[in-house]
Amino acid sequence: MEKILVCIKRVVDYNVKIRIKPDESGVITEGVKMSINPFDEIALEEALRIKENGDANEVIIVSIGPSDCQQQLRTGLAMGADRAILIEHDEIIEPLKVAKLLHKIVQQEKPSIILLGKQAIDDDCNQTGQMLAELCSYSQATFASGLTVDGNCLKVIREVDQGLETVEIDLPAIVTTDLRLNEPRYVKLPDIMKAKKKPMDVIDPNNLGVSLEPSLKVISVTPPPPRESGIMLDGVDDLFTALKDKGLINE
Amino acid sequence: MSNSMKILVIAEHEDGLISASTRKTINCASQVSSEVDLLILGNNSDLDNQGIQIDNVSNVLVIKNEIFNQQISAIMAPIISEVSHDYECLLLPSTTFGRDLAPRISVLKDVCQITDIMEVVSSRVFKRPIYAGNAIETIEIPEGQNIVATVRPASFKEVGLSNKASLTSLDMPNIDLPKHTRFLGISSEKTERPDLQVASIVISGGRGVGSAENFEILYQLADKLGASVGASRAAVDAGYVANDMQVGQTGKIIAPDLYFAFGISGAIQHVAGIKDSGTIVAINKDPDAPIFEIADIGIVADLFEFIPEFLAKLG
Repeated sequence: MEKILVCIKRVVDYNVKIRIKPDESGVITEGVKMSINPFDEIALEEALRIKENGDANEVIIVSIGPSDCQQQLRTGLAMGADRAILIEHDEIIEPLKVAKLLHKIVQQEKPSIILLGKQAIDDDCNQTGQMLAELCSYSQATFASGLTVDGNCLKVIREVDQGLETVEIDLPAIVTTDLRLNEPRYVKLPDIMKAKKKPMDVIDPNNLGVSLEPSLKVISVTPPPPRESGIMLDGVDDLFTALKDKGLINE
Repeated sequence: MSNSMKILVIAEHEDGLISASTRKTINCASQVSSEVDLLILGNNSDLDNQGIQIDNVSNVLVIKNEIFNQQISAIMAPIISEVSHDYECLLLPSTTFGRDLAPRISVLKDVCQITDIMEVVSSRVFKRPIYAGNAIETIEIPEGQNIVATVRPASFKEVGLSNKASLTSLDMPNIDLPKHTRFLGISSEKTERPDLQVASIVISGGRGVGSAENFEILYQLADKLGASVGASRAAVDAGYVANDMQVGQTGKIIAPDLYFAFGISGAIQHVAGIKDSGTIVAINKDPDAPIFEIADIGIVADLFEFIPEFLAKLG
């Protein structure tokens, strides 16, 4: 086994309260703290552990987005990735086209394992990994909460609605990661310094032969309907009565 | 609403029994068009019956084959794509089953997929949540494009089971299927308490609970109410509970009828995971805790005094 490819998306940090643009065209990202999508960070951590375990010798990270994505890629390099690829593009790209761009990178790099977060916490699409798997005709294991390398296969525990499912998939394979898989490491200062020297390729998507024109039309992005304002109660007796009136608890 | 768009709903089923999430998907489909068919890929003897009791469905299409004993998306996607040429729109429930499968079908149809339809605006315009429900996106699929989408179960009611839909057996399409995936088994963690994502009552604790031992009192209350127990990220990070209990944007997004937040300050990422709950009750010592801004019922109290009193009241 040689390479692992990890796909990373730059997203609004999970702790930021998002604001919607007044013209309802999207969410404000200017001047907002951005981070690696948390599920992708788990994917990278898993890749690093596989390499540290001797089951791979190179971890490549790839991102698609504006040049600012280099910040998140540098963080990934500081965590321990060996090199980074940025497909630089300023507009939002639909998951199908993201998968098509990533497919081109897979064809170039020929990784044996491709790891992605199960979804990005901005568009919540949960599509890219599965789409990439179909484009490559590879096996997939989504919602991974456990992963072991076993020769030319992976054994993956998947967190599905019915419980924990175990599948065995042949390499090359695509795994999308869920929250329970691991806890990503913290980046240390010397690693940040070292990461500055690691290679980062910047690619123009126009050279990859994928049409990036949107197929779907976003009509608006609006706030959710507000919850009705709540009430403050005094103690157990009041709460008990209120919940009983709503039929939420029985005597 | 009725027009001529032909919709195929892909059924999630257990031993031939159509899941609630599939019945909700059918409801969504019937808001788009009156021509809704259902596709079942299975290997159950029940599927030999004359028909299936389910409302709002014209035809139930069945492909029976032992290959479907395990539901492997890489195998199901090319079969579904092959038998659905006559349909403009394919809908799947947005469960782990549908989320795993739909994107592979989208690639085979070469269309962009919509995840988590929460509202049908018109036959080609849908609303869906983004940023864990903190924003709502309205999307239009231009005329002439096929639709592949998943439907958010929490947003639709199940269709009934009063009408009989006719059943048509389809032949297994003659295509090469991958052999790269083997199903090894499934284990359901049978705890005494209901699963976080299906429980009608959820009791969560935050950093205010103070320790792993102190969570015991929450378990007692949960067992009294038949509730599931969750936790905020702060409680998980502090090591009080395992991270499979985390409720929030990066944990589980839940929508129980009744949600209790004990000692949870109300960080944005936690609130994103509970905002679709029916009634949110927050108990916190700090009267300025942000959780009170979104709670339906707020009580300023010490949870260690409140819960024993509540337990006594419940008897």
